[in-house]
Amino acid sequence: MAELTWKPVGAVRRSTRAWRVRSSAVIVALVVLAVLIVPPLVQLDEQAVDLAAKLQPPSFAHPFGTDDVGRDLLLRCIYGLRVSLLVGFVAAVVATVIGTAVGAAAAASGGWFDRVAMRLVDLFSSVPHLLLGIFIVAMFSPGVWPVVISVGLTHWLSTARIVRSEVLSLRSRPYVDAAISGGASRWRVAVRHLLPGVLPQAGLAAVLMIPHAIWHESALSFLGLGLPTHQASLGTLVQSARSSLLAGDWWPTLFPGLFIIVPTLAIAGLAGAWRERLNPRRRSELML
Amino acid sequence: MLELQDVTAGYERRAPVFRDVSLTVAPGEAVGLLGPSGCGKSTLARVAALLHRPDAGRVVIDGTPAGGWRHRAPRAQRTAFGVVFQQPRLSADPRLRLADLVAEPLRANGRSAEVADAVRELTERVGLGPELLGRRPHEVSDGQLQRACLARALILKPRWLVCDEMTAMLDASTTAALVAVVEEYRAESGAGLLAVGHDRVLLRRWCDRTVEWDGLGASPGE
Repeated sequence: MAELTWKPVGAVRRSTRAWRVRSSAVIVALVVLAVLIVPPLVQLDEQAVDLAAKLQPPSFAHPFGTDDVGRDLLLRCIYGLRVSLLVGFVAAVVATVIGTAVGAAAAASGGWFDRVAMRLVDLFSSVPHLLLGIFIVAMFSPGVWPVVISVGLTHWLSTARIVRSEVLSLRSRPYVDAAISGGASRWRVAVRHLLPGVLPQAGLAAVLMIPHAIWHESALSFLGLGLPTHQASLGTLVQSARSSLLAGDWWPTLFPGLFIIVPTLAIAGLAGAWRERLNPRRRSELML
Repeated sequence: MLELQDVTAGYERRAPVFRDVSLTVAPGEAVGLLGPSGCGKSTLARVAALLHRPDAGRVVIDGTPAGGWRHRAPRAQRTAFGVVFQQPRLSADPRLRLADLVAEPLRANGRSAEVADAVRELTERVGLGPELLGRRPHEVSDGQLQRACLARALILKPRWLVCDEMTAMLDASTTAALVAVVEEYRAESGAGLLAVGHDRVLLRRWCDRTVEWDGLGASPGE
């Protein structure tokens, strides 16, 4: 019998997706390794000023060049990435915890509490994130934690909506009826049946939020409202490089800029793959 | 006595599914409720089991009016009912293994010590082999899952059973087996049964008394 050869339509899409996921994973792994290993390993001072070597273009000694007071940009980029990742991660966790709590509480209690909570969410969403974030950081002195608070407090809204709708749909399942009839308390139904059901969605929302939070940190620092200028973060690096860019020195802007874009795209790529796993229907429709 | 008095219920206050329905189930009695799909018989079953708040009317359980609905109902009243629904897939939390699914009501009532014995006894009774107990709902058939759901409904030894189209998704032999389990439990415990369905032949053979939805004096909602 002749061998059947059948080429699946989705093969090309699948292979590009696998490539995308793999490269994203490699980049994220590299980034995490870099920010964890490099600072304790090299023992160099990222704030060491060397005015004799200021604004040098990329070379063997300084692969990313030096900035306007002669600090090594590669080292500053890695330290900046460390701060930005930390801010992004913590802010995303803070936002997800707030969003999940508000969304789940609104859906689980229903009635006036639900309505008031969701109108509050609408109210906060109607103000641009950045504006609200600026307002919050302006209340504190510059530092890491005001930025974390500001990003966390402005980004829980979409998670609250996602979690609320998910809980609403889970809540009307017969297995919740069966649990109530079995004597389960509200708390037990929430912890045992509802929260485990929304955790994948909430986790995905958290990962998707990390790039967003990094961008916000950069934006706030770029505006001079986030971290103090001497502390390297990707935002402060781009901000302090602004003047040199006008003088024709491209490297102090380019490398921090790439450090913002590439890791955030990689994280978003991984999150996208996770989303396709959680919700595979969309993928298979495209493949057929 | 389980008494439903002039119950009006639905999902929108202005347009209830039915109005002024009354139904009584005596202790130990099996009442079959027959009606076309969409008439509201499942909603009535949910009201009877205190799982749906009616817009008007009363539910009286052994002389005591229902103290509330869903979580607001006193735990003793809620757990006096064992409920089995039509679709086992939707009535089982997809994350729980069958053993945990059956044991869940005991754990929810702080009676974890009794779990091992009760689960063994009940799963044997509904015909679930021990090899199935470690599986999750998606790894077993509809019939096997419905057996687990029936075991869960019986584990707290309820005084009332509410079976809402319990056998609609099942083949004839599983139907016969599950009905036999319900009847065996009722014979030894004296529990009353409200069985909702549209299978006239089955309910007539199973129940002491069948009532037609149209004979309940229900005036349709708008």
